[in-house]
Amino acid sequence: MFDSYRETSLKYDPARCINCRRCTQVCPHAVFAEGKEHAELEDPGSCMECGACALNCPVQAITVQSGVGCAWAMIGAALRGKDMDTECSCGGDDSSCCGQSKETGCGCGEK
Amino acid sequence: MAEKPSAAEIHITDSTITLTNRLDHFMARWGWKRESHRVVPGLHRLGNPAAESMVFASANYTLSFDALRSALSGTDAWILVLDTKGINVWCAAGKGTFGTDELVRRISSTGLSDIVSHRKIILPQLGAPGVSWPEVLRKSGFTVEYGPVRARDLPEYLKTHKATPAMRKVEFPMVDRIVLTPVEFVHIAFPMIIVAAALWFLAGPVAALAAVAAVLAGTVLFPVLLPFIPTQDFSTKGLILGAVVALPFAYWLGAAPALPFWANALGAVTPLLIIPAVVSYIALNFTGCTTFTSRTGVKKEIFRYVKVMAVMAVLGVLLGVILGISRLLGVI
Repeated sequence: MFDSYRETSLKYDPARCINCRRCTQVCPHAVFAEGKEHAELEDPGSCMECGACALNCPVQAITVQSGVGCAWAMIGAALRGKDMDTECSCGGDDSSCCGQSKETGCGCGEK
Repeated sequence: MAEKPSAAEIHITDSTITLTNRLDHFMARWGWKRESHRVVPGLHRLGNPAAESMVFASANYTLSFDALRSALSGTDAWILVLDTKGINVWCAAGKGTFGTDELVRRISSTGLSDIVSHRKIILPQLGAPGVSWPEVLRKSGFTVEYGPVRARDLPEYLKTHKATPAMRKVEFPMVDRIVLTPVEFVHIAFPMIIVAAALWFLAGPVAALAAVAAVLAGTVLFPVLLPFIPTQDFSTKGLILGAVVALPFAYWLGAAPALPFWANALGAVTPLLIIPAVVSYIALNFTGCTTFTSRTGVKKEIFRYVKVMAVMAVLGVLLGVILGISRLLGVI
């Protein structure tokens, strides 16, 4: 109850994994851990769907519907009659919502 | 526009953060001319790098670039600045501007492969959502190494080129949450002033104060108290915080002397409906500023709670209007 974040779109097939460990290097929430023969899906509930693991997996053992968990952008898109799933994430200098009003407020200003 | 590899200019930088830099960082934090905190994209020379010196990639946002060059104090290195339109690494990676294509393009337009003798480029870990290392290797011949999340961990990281689990993890500590509050407050300050002024004339100074309190609670208190408020969902956290903030106003209106019971009751309920709804909505909108909310989860929140907030706000405004009309008509 009152936890909308327990399930995500992250899927991992350990059978395809070649144990290159890139996923453990790019995940900012330690969702993957190093294992003996393949990476271990350690903490899927912490996944924020940034997509770094899937994009950097050389054998497509990981899939995730990546996107930015930003209510501001999604509600804005819905109000303008656009698709909530494809509308802007942060950044960009033209019509992006964040570019105009919230770009530094993305939790990552210092990095 | 295509730049000729041979003609690409190499910019010169150092590790010193000047007073002007600090002022620029401060203004960036307040959202002042938010598109203008930029660094020239291209290759920058830090110290006296040679052909075998390390290459680091960064965004053309001053806060990102300055964090990198100051962390590399005393190191001779090349810094390849990508054109991320003045957006920090992580947000730009999410958008794709800090991405495979821009990286490959910059490597080629700066003629990097003629300048350095090795084929390795160190990226901030948070660039990874935009970069596919196998594709970069295929298209440019350069191997991507993902450094730590935070530039300040670079000196330690570079000793072994292995990151500790802590270096790989994004946290969202109090200080990071606090630096986000000015921009949160600023972008909602103008509508707040209008609403507060209108409420002052229609319902008196306390109502105006309630509007200011709701916005401050949502934009400042909420980020600061985020991990300490019960429940996981931002909307429910906001409802809880909003209810706490509404209590004094509910008491003030509910205990107002010389009013009939029904007017006191309506007066007490009104802030308890409106303030939590407002704080909850602002809280939900903070999801995009955090470092951990998934799109799936935020979407669930939107579908679960926005209706509730809307119903609460509409009911509260109706009650407020009834009270206001009663007062004007001299009923109370």
